[in-house]
Amino acid sequence: MEGQRSLGAWAAIYATAGFFVLFAALPFAWMILTIFKQDSDLYVAANNPFVYNLPPTTDHLGYLFSDTLYLTFVRNTLIVAILVVIITVIASVPAAYSLTRLAGRWGEGLGIGIFLVYLVPPTLLFIPLSRVVSDLGLKNTIWSMVLVYPSFTIPFCTWLLMGFLKSVPWDIEEQAMIDGYSRLGAIVRTVLPISVPGILTVVVFSFALTLHEFVYALAFVSSSQSKTLSTGVTTELIRGDVFFWQSLMAAAAIVALPVALLYNFFLDRFIAGFTLGAVKG
Amino acid sequence: MSAPAAVQPAARPSVPRYWMDREGILGPVMLLPVVVYIVALVGFPLVLALIYSFSDVTVGDQTINWVGFETFSQAMANPTFRLALRNTLLFTLISQIVVLVLGNILALVLSADFPGKRLVRFLILLPWTTPIALGVIGWLWLLDGLYSPIDALLRMIGLLGPDTLFGPGRNMLWLAQPDTAQISVVLVHVWRTLPLATVILLAGLTAIPQDLRDAANVDGAGFFRQLVYIRIPLLLPIMAVAVLYGIVFTFTDMTVVYLLTRGGPPVDSTQVLASWAYFKGIEGGNLAEGAATAVFLFPALAGVAALMLRMARRAETN
Repeated sequence: MEGQRSLGAWAAIYATAGFFVLFAALPFAWMILTIFKQDSDLYVAANNPFVYNLPPTTDHLGYLFSDTLYLTFVRNTLIVAILVVIITVIASVPAAYSLTRLAGRWGEGLGIGIFLVYLVPPTLLFIPLSRVVSDLGLKNTIWSMVLVYPSFTIPFCTWLLMGFLKSVPWDIEEQAMIDGYSRLGAIVRTVLPISVPGILTVVVFSFALTLHEFVYALAFVSSSQSKTLSTGVTTELIRGDVFFWQSLMAAAAIVALPVALLYNFFLDRFIAGFTLGAVKG
Repeated sequence: MSAPAAVQPAARPSVPRYWMDREGILGPVMLLPVVVYIVALVGFPLVLALIYSFSDVTVGDQTINWVGFETFSQAMANPTFRLALRNTLLFTLISQIVVLVLGNILALVLSADFPGKRLVRFLILLPWTTPIALGVIGWLWLLDGLYSPIDALLRMIGLLGPDTLFGPGRNMLWLAQPDTAQISVVLVHVWRTLPLATVILLAGLTAIPQDLRDAANVDGAGFFRQLVYIRIPLLLPIMAVAVLYGIVFTFTDMTVVYLLTRGGPPVDSTQVLASWAYFKGIEGGNLAEGAATAVFLFPALAGVAALMLRMARRAETN
């Protein structure tokens, strides 16, 4: 079919794709264009906004790094994300193994139950959780997020890993057990090495989900020093009605594009998990 | 599945040497951390949210006094609550209808092979892969009252300005008027949830067996005939999945409204349940009423969860 596509069909494909690309990527193109504009170019309503009417400048990029808490937000975000990733992997790898290999018939059902927990939205839980967090003395610290974020990364990642483990043949670990290893020994020596791609997927998704989170971060942390990127950028770089647009756009684009790139590599696994195996991604 | 299970007992030493080798113990032990996490940080807060909504607890007075349905009736008597409920339903419904239509078109295009497809896919996925809050900040600037490039574009093609379709002003003032602000919120939701729906639909499209398509080609069925008789019927279950996620993520979201309009303009015209719960419960300190408002998110979720379970059962039997 592909060989004999007519000129009209080609045109239809590219026109439709072009329209959607424009819609999806417009905010990002606009972000990047804005970053390098001078104030006296940007804030003149009569100027054509799509071109540089004055030479581009990197002043606002410098301002972001030297005069704002941006690097603090980056550091907080990385600390939270790395710890959340570690907690998620430690909890969900054994759980996924247990559900696929040891739990028998009810393993799958329990797995779906755990996945559904992921769909319980932060907006339903943030009020009681903010009380829990303050009772534990974690309010306004990054530890509040380290504690709470695994509650949504673990359910999703356990489910992803289950899908992955189901495709790993049992023979290898059985052979290891026949060879005299205990089950735990067999898991460590055979299952874990084979599961590295699955675990990597989980690392990427728990990292990405942590970067995406906004509601808990907003509810738990109001001191500037402890904010992460998603709340820090959107609240600290906007003071009252004064927006530092160029720096703001730089702050967003610098995070958004690498995360998007990382996400993209693992997307098919993610979709297979989301569709509950109804389609194999 | 059954064959290896049958082999297993023979492979196991007859006397377990360690407790770790006993599956009846090892299984639950490996599952324990996840269960503890979910019970402590999802189950417990969920119960606490319900208890709050039947009490009069505030930030200032944290003792929980049982007041029955009084907090609910108080919350529901507030005109803003009713507006938020209406907006939540309306924003979700409209945005997901649009997503379903656009997602199907886009998935159909992406199921074809063409040079540059990988780049197109990457760009189309950007709204989903970007942290929501940062994407919304991009839209905040795109819809700016004075410097919006969308307005500039509309002026260029003669739709905005004196004697044009959208009126005499230089700017649409997207986020300054209730109706355009509501359109903007829906637009951002469409932008954000379209990629996920598209890739789910795309996965469904590629799962349609090739021989079915070949047979249809041999029988001389054209593009539209195949679309109506093969693709759409086979795609219906996966469309349901795509829409379910869209519904969950739109219905329960507060980030878009919080960052884009703060519930305004001028006050509350774009307020949704989740953002209203935040303003009441966290910023206003009325924990009980905030929790009672958020509890209204629950029935929709329960419905979606039930549908997901049915879907999973069907996937299992296939």
